[in-house]
Amino acid sequence: MNDLKSGSNLEKVLSAGHFAFTGECGPPKGANIDHLKEKIAHLKGMVDAVNITDNQTAVVRMSSWAASAILIQEGIEPNFQMVCRDRNRLAIQSDILGAYAVGIRNMLCLSGDHQRFGNHPQAKNVFDIDSMQLIALAKKMRDEGKFLNEEELDVAPRLFIGAASNPFADPTEFRVYRLAKKIASGADFIQTQCIYNMDLFRDFMKKAVDMGLHEKCYILAGVTPMKSVGMAQYMAKAVPGMDVPESLINRLRGAGKGKTAEEGIKFALEQIEEFKEMEGVAGVHLMAIEWEHKVPEIAERAGLLPRPKV
Amino acid sequence: MIVGKQKPFEVIWDMIKEYKKVLIFGCNTCVAICHEGGNKEAEILASMLRMKAKQEGLEMEIKNRGIERQCEHEFFDSANEQIEWADAVLSIACGAGVQFTAEKWPKKIILPGLNTTFIGVVERPGLFAERCLMCGDCILHLTGGLCPIARCSKSLLNGPCGGSSKGKCEISKEVDCVWDMIVRKKMEQGRLEDLLRITPAKDWQTSRDGGPRKSVKEGLVE
Repeated sequence: MNDLKSGSNLEKVLSAGHFAFTGECGPPKGANIDHLKEKIAHLKGMVDAVNITDNQTAVVRMSSWAASAILIQEGIEPNFQMVCRDRNRLAIQSDILGAYAVGIRNMLCLSGDHQRFGNHPQAKNVFDIDSMQLIALAKKMRDEGKFLNEEELDVAPRLFIGAASNPFADPTEFRVYRLAKKIASGADFIQTQCIYNMDLFRDFMKKAVDMGLHEKCYILAGVTPMKSVGMAQYMAKAVPGMDVPESLINRLRGAGKGKTAEEGIKFALEQIEEFKEMEGVAGVHLMAIEWEHKVPEIAERAGLLPRPKV
Repeated sequence: MIVGKQKPFEVIWDMIKEYKKVLIFGCNTCVAICHEGGNKEAEILASMLRMKAKQEGLEMEIKNRGIERQCEHEFFDSANEQIEWADAVLSIACGAGVQFTAEKWPKKIILPGLNTTFIGVVERPGLFAERCLMCGDCILHLTGGLCPIARCSKSLLNGPCGGSSKGKCEISKEVDCVWDMIVRKKMEQGRLEDLLRITPAKDWQTSRDGGPRKSVKEGLVE
């Protein structure tokens, strides 16, 4: 146990060799703590940690570290997401220290969606550092006990460092190398973009395993159940870097009226079954945004309950 | 070169309409290449503004003049007389030219007729595109001659991000993903290993982030 980097529940579950299961929740567009508590209550005991998004799609919400702190109060482990869009290196480092001080132990390092997508497209973007450099920064603070400028810091933030990987973004042939770079920068775990194109993902994982990346880092496969044909079509067309095969859209359409959501869940369950057996996959990251109440059912039907106590 | 774009005609008109004697002042180097701020554009704009003044029934005198560069002392001599004459000078140079003119005539009203947009190239006639953000520490040797600071929407140094799709940037299908271009170029050159190196956090002190910049050329400076 002394070898643990952070001692987070997620790290303990993974290092004990269990198949990890993480969830996700977006903070409220306002200071509505009750709504946040209601959403996360569905996830309690169902997942090993809950990602708290950081102004996702560049829409302003409650700060991810504050929402993460509320999760801790509720007895749920957060995976604090941090993007490089809104903070320079001063704010990033002080937020890392603050997050650690309030009990946060997992952090997912992201570049962040460009503000042009969001509700403040007039904003000045920051991007002082990128996600790769953020991973290295968090590792430096934890392992060397130093700020980016080499100054010593008083009590290092012992965080379990996560990063994202999108096997489906272009150029796809470079994606496994970018994953390798994130691991070399210091990522302890990876959560992938939502997977729908299983053929491409199998190929991606085979390359990752051939390069031995799964031995250096825990890779969690991203799953988002489709609620409707409209959602599938929107993701296929409008979300950059998302690969939704036509065959899946046809399958959802073929399910018939009122049964699409169930078909979407069935597809997700089939995926999870395959991921459990897939070499190099250490767990599943379920992004059921605004569908948190469905997580217990999905976890149950996927045979992922009860969650291990470590 | 510096690329600019004339401000909307109505905006320009609102700026100048309160003055009796207005000089439209062109700059015939960078912003002449993009056909927005050169001496010819000064002539055309002045004539449009004279028509507007007539339509509005205002007693105004609008002249035009241009010099080679509004960012160097030596070119101003030929325009001194007209600048002295004017109540207000609408400079259609880049922001540097407008400010240099204002510094030289501190008592005059100097107005900007152009939005300075970027440092770029003429991709094809009439199409100008950004290439350099003047960060002060060029990294083009690392990225196959393609600048991610100017041309990646997030200025990523270790791209491409997860939003790269079919060669385009996540912000718009009109914007090329420069990291897609960098990766493909390096792969074609058989230099993938160049991209496996992690580029550390950039020192932005040489950029505008270090404060307003000056550059000294030893031996020339007095």
